[in-house]
Amino acid sequence: MSEILLQIDGKEVKAQAGMTVLEAARSAGINIPTLCFHEKLEPYGGCRLCIVELESRGSTRLVVSCVYPVEKNLVVKTRSEKVDRIRKMVLQLLLAHAPDAFDLQELAQEYGADKNRFEKEASFCIHCGLCVRYCAEVKKKNALGFIDRGIRKEISFIPAIASKECWDCKECFPLCPTEALQAAFVLAKAFF
Amino acid sequence: MPQINSPAELEEFRKGILSKRDPNKPCITLCAGSACHASGSGEVAAAIEEEISKQGLSAAVDVRKTGCHGFCERGPIILIHPKEICYLQIEPKDVPEIVSETIKENKVVERLLYTDPGTKEKITHEHEIPFYKNQHRLVFGSNGNIDPKSIDDYLAIGGYAALAKALTGMTAEQVVEEVKKANLRGRGGGGFPAGSKWEGSRNAPGDIKYVIVNADEGDPGAYMDRALLEGNPHCVLEGLIIGGYAIGAHEGYIYVRQEYPLAVENVHSAIRQMEEYGLLGKNILGSGFDFVVKVHQGAGAFVCGESTALMTALEGRAGEPRPKYVRSNVVGLWGRPSVLNNVETWANVPMIINKGADWFTQLGTEKSKGTKIFSLVGKITNTGLVEVPMGMTLRDIIYTIGGGIPGGKKFKAVQTGGPSGGCIPESQLDLQVGFDELTQAGSMMGSGGMIVMDEDTCMVDVARYFMDFLTDESCGKCVPCREGMRQMLKLLTNITQGKGKEGDIELLEELSETAIEAALCALGKSSPNPFLSTLKYFRNEYEAHVKEKRCPALSCKELIAYHIDPKKCQACMACLKKCPVEAIDGGKNRIHVIDQEKCTKCGTCFEVCPPRFGSVQKISGEPVPPPIPEEARTIVRESKQK
Repeated sequence: MSEILLQIDGKEVKAQAGMTVLEAARSAGINIPTLCFHEKLEPYGGCRLCIVELESRGSTRLVVSCVYPVEKNLVVKTRSEKVDRIRKMVLQLLLAHAPDAFDLQELAQEYGADKNRFEKEASFCIHCGLCVRYCAEVKKKNALGFIDRGIRKEISFIPAIASKECWDCKECFPLCPTEALQAAFVLAKAFF
Repeated sequence: MPQINSPAELEEFRKGILSKRDPNKPCITLCAGSACHASGSGEVAAAIEEEISKQGLSAAVDVRKTGCHGFCERGPIILIHPKEICYLQIEPKDVPEIVSETIKENKVVERLLYTDPGTKEKITHEHEIPFYKNQHRLVFGSNGNIDPKSIDDYLAIGGYAALAKALTGMTAEQVVEEVKKANLRGRGGGGFPAGSKWEGSRNAPGDIKYVIVNADEGDPGAYMDRALLEGNPHCVLEGLIIGGYAIGAHEGYIYVRQEYPLAVENVHSAIRQMEEYGLLGKNILGSGFDFVVKVHQGAGAFVCGESTALMTALEGRAGEPRPKYVRSNVVGLWGRPSVLNNVETWANVPMIINKGADWFTQLGTEKSKGTKIFSLVGKITNTGLVEVPMGMTLRDIIYTIGGGIPGGKKFKAVQTGGPSGGCIPESQLDLQVGFDELTQAGSMMGSGGMIVMDEDTCMVDVARYFMDFLTDESCGKCVPCREGMRQMLKLLTNITQGKGKEGDIELLEELSETAIEAALCALGKSSPNPFLSTLKYFRNEYEAHVKEKRCPALSCKELIAYHIDPKKCQACMACLKKCPVEAIDGGKNRIHVIDQEKCTKCGTCFEVCPPRFGSVQKISGEPVPPPIPEEARTIVRESKQK
């Protein structure tokens, strides 16, 4: 594997080809916030919180670091006025659904996000897809999935599979950044 | 079954078809596209068959069911060859007269011709009708001449000559070069140069590559790809094989939405006939090039028109865009280099190969070459599909071809580019249509939807409508699109309902910025466009809604009231009788008054009040005048005074 040198927040970082900017940053101890990322799962690029600013060939642009592959001489800024503004807005949008989730509150403090910016619509789920993807990619069970699309999209257990698989597993429960997953499971139990 | 094994055999075969056809034999062509079908062309077709056999003319007349002619406003359309007499809005009852007069006696049935609305002159030929006269129907023109289910019809007009030329007379690089030189830009949305896309795929490593037709047309009111695929599937397929040859792909896909049953049927029938003739499969035309085509029916998700979502759906998974920083022409379907072009883009390819890039680039503007098909709908006299050279002004399209706004109303805006496009106001009507020109005006070319709006249209409500469409059609994967639009839709709905607050417009702008900067795919990034483009040109309407609770177009229900002007009311009882909720009080010779408490603002009174009285009014942003006192309500008629 060839080594790639790049700069993150002014720090020289050595990375392996094929790594993402997020992986490179974390390997160098630089924190980038994420909600939908998990090292065992394929990058999803859904929450957009890990957005960073790139300087490459004289121009700057915004990319999500969990998907963007490292390149030689890349200059990455993990905080900037733009990056912070986007993260703040993303958090405010999610806080409308899960105002009391600890992970979100912590990040809200960091980025000055106001949990009352938008009218509350407490559905708790923030659609990070960790549970769905963990069950599919790691456990290969597909006991739950997304149903519908757009603003009506939600997670749902598939009772026929969940009734057999979930009792002894529940490995997805701690992954959930809100309490939505447990609630969905309790609801699904009614159909078991 | 004739297997055509070389370009020479193809030419021979074509001559054979033509030699069996007498150009002077009467032929009735009837539009059987979806729009005409809906207005009854199926019944007309049956009536023609019946009448012809009844009058004993079966051997003397050909009947051909063709694809869409474009003038859908006046369908069903029939053309009688060789004189090309054009009859519009044909009903089965007109058929006996057409057969006995025009076919037998060679006489024109005047009443079925197009009447010029200005000069009142009758126009006999299709190409003389203003709607057609000002078009340039390079891609769409053959639609009206061929039966889409007959490969022989396509061969008769020179079909597959471009394929023969490319496969046996040009190298793959030369084909790519020709398309690049023609500067053919993607007709599906982005306007990305097709040649560069092809070149990228050609140069990408890998033995297996794909070419794909994007026929997932989903913009409300747009149906040009549908009409092309239904009416001339062979020209799309010919373009696709040429593209496959150019990039080194041996497999092609047509992703067509299942809501287009006729397109699916005609594409399948075209593929079957091509296989029979040896135009698909192994060693096409003896060139050594192999190619197969598969048809995939989309399940009806707007987002699947986005390239990565479409490819994900082709792979058999839920159609969600993938975060891409590598282009799909390098890493696409199943991770292989894949060229995805829209129906119309592929349909342009045979023409470019046949006539050359130099010929193609004569038409159009500096950066947008060739023609573009637009679907002209909304408040427009001549609804239909029009094909014009790039660079024609919006004014010419809307007024010269489209015949202007019906009902004497004033033009307000034209929405181009589909839901994520934008609205262009009257001050920009002289804008020349082209990819960059429309983008600069804050809209986009998109796939060619053109929705005309008149003065009664509220632009805030238009933005709300498209936002509603997009929230429904978003895949829901990323936060700026799913959640951002959820909030934008709420804000816009509130504004149209008079619940807008100070700061709402700014918040909408902030949400738009986040979507543009941070959404995952092109759909998400362009999702704020309906709001941004209406704000750009109609900010005063937004402000009127928010600050004065007034809808300047008098369209938003919650912000208007209906009022009967006592000075104008003639107590004719028309509105009183029609009001569905009995909210109108009055009687004979008693001026009518609307009970605002009961009124549901359905607008019936407004519509039924005779124009010569015009006493029902819509008011917005001001209080409804109090009802006139009971003693002043009796109308004393002059004639009765005597």
